[in-house]
Amino acid sequence: MSTGTTEVMTGNEAAAAAVKLARVQVVAAYPITPQSPVVEQLSAWVESGELPAEFVTVESEHSALTVCITASTVGARVFTATSANGLAYMTEQVWWAAGARLPIVMCIANRAMAAPWNVLNDQQDSMSVRDAGWVQLYCRDNQEILDTTLQAYRIAERLNVPVMVCYDGFLLSHTVMPVSVPSVGDADAFLPKRPEPLQIVDVNDPRNIGPVVIADPRADASGQSCHGYMEIRALHQQALLAALEVVPEVDAEYAAVVGRGWGGLTWEYLLEDAELVLVAAGSLGTQATVAVETLRAQGVQAGVLGIRCYRPFPAAALRERLVGRKGVLVFDKALSYGYEGPICADLRAALSGEPDAPTVWGAVCGLGGRDVSPDHLVDAARRALADGHAGTRHRPTDWINLRLDG
Amino acid sequence: MHEIRWHGRGGQGAVTSAKLLADAAFRSGFEGVTSQPSFGAERRGAPITASSRLAHEPIRVLSQVTAPDIVVVLDDSLLGVAKATAGMRPGGTIIVNTTKSVAELGLGGDIRVVTSDVTGAAQAVDLIVGGQPMVSTAILGAFAAATGLITMAGVEAAIGKAFKGTAASKNIEAAKIAYECTRA
Repeated sequence: MSTGTTEVMTGNEAAAAAVKLARVQVVAAYPITPQSPVVEQLSAWVESGELPAEFVTVESEHSALTVCITASTVGARVFTATSANGLAYMTEQVWWAAGARLPIVMCIANRAMAAPWNVLNDQQDSMSVRDAGWVQLYCRDNQEILDTTLQAYRIAERLNVPVMVCYDGFLLSHTVMPVSVPSVGDADAFLPKRPEPLQIVDVNDPRNIGPVVIADPRADASGQSCHGYMEIRALHQQALLAALEVVPEVDAEYAAVVGRGWGGLTWEYLLEDAELVLVAAGSLGTQATVAVETLRAQGVQAGVLGIRCYRPFPAAALRERLVGRKGVLVFDKALSYGYEGPICADLRAALSGEPDAPTVWGAVCGLGGRDVSPDHLVDAARRALADGHAGTRHRPTDWINLRLDG
Repeated sequence: MHEIRWHGRGGQGAVTSAKLLADAAFRSGFEGVTSQPSFGAERRGAPITASSRLAHEPIRVLSQVTAPDIVVVLDDSLLGVAKATAGMRPGGTIIVNTTKSVAELGLGGDIRVVTSDVTGAAQAVDLIVGGQPMVSTAILGAFAAATGLITMAGVEAAIGKAFKGTAASKNIEAAKIAYECTRA
């Protein structure tokens, strides 16, 4: 471990610093608020020669990810970043990148989906592609953005799955705070060169990559039996589930080199004796740590269980920490419209059938940048406690700081 | 924890000021610092705010500052349109870029009013861009003088990191002049 430098920087600058330390070879991106400063910084470093990489300007997010897909296919370490409608526009390729098992890292500066137009934070964008087969990691602060972006390459390249590093737009992307930047030596020690790609592209041995695959296994031209679609998807699912081991392992490897770890799949604060547990992903979790201190001062044994890895969903880890508690209040910054928050629904399913499962309450907050203070979280916790005392088992999602009357 | 709210006009550099303050404060010994824009639609000339927090432990609150103990106003014309003193904690400090005296500003309540001719400081070193005196760096000199929370060495280092060459030296000079002309 050697000493890096600590600088006051935005979340976007922290992401860019990590990408530079990762020695990426190809960056392709299309600007969209609040992500743009990440790739603006990278383009400046490419221009100055500080980052010896190709920066490919493209006409859309769809093309940005397509460039990353092609460059990653031939073995390059690649990066892109986007937000909200940009992510929606590249969705077709989001699925392709995952299905083609490419170790692409993409930062998502989380932003609300239109309509109505809104450039501000929630997590609806990345939640909307949670099923596409990427690892999704959510960051609490700018330091975690830097560290997680570096870790993301290691995870992606060990499993041959792409990784999204999600961080709250503006709340982190445009907020400055001190960030310790590892030395180049430490970064290199942690993150070796990208291993050989799954399929070697060789001009002397031309072949079709990503051909049509029918339902059942069948022999290829040389008579060798090849997987059908379901076999390929089952292997993809295996790789993604393996991330439940690899994400904590990589975090531990990072901690061993750099001296800083983030807990792997989940993290916790004052959880040991907590009867009421607040669950959140991203910077909301940071604010929840303040809320539980207030609740404890009011006599409520509250704690935080933060979700760092949302896909794969750490169901076993969550069960282990939550079974036996009295209540769990899940804060989502997204909604499956017509149902409830995505983390809440997933957590309910993970706890289903456990004899000593806690009551799970759902709350949605911060949509489209609506301010969320620790006091809002405390108020929501008190409402959940009151409902618990009243014996309510099911209730509609609690919309925090909603002001329909103006 | 010190909570600071900035009032400026779009294009005036309040967000830059807030970021520089965070850097200067970190260099002045605060381990926890944050600065964030107000996340509105930034139109040139429209009133905008930014939030900063300074503490000796990591900052875990990311919502906007609504109960500031320090308010900084980059343009005294904002005193009539933006609720600059709204939510201020009793005994808090408001720092106003103005040529008026404290008495002329007529700000009431249990607050300490500090004035500084930051625009004059910028003009003195010809720190003018597009016809507008740039006050976003010089205001840090007024902040240092008014609060004592940050050192001028920290201010100079923060400006020196954000600007290069003569731009850095002019901005540092403006901050020094603003420091000297700050009055309570």
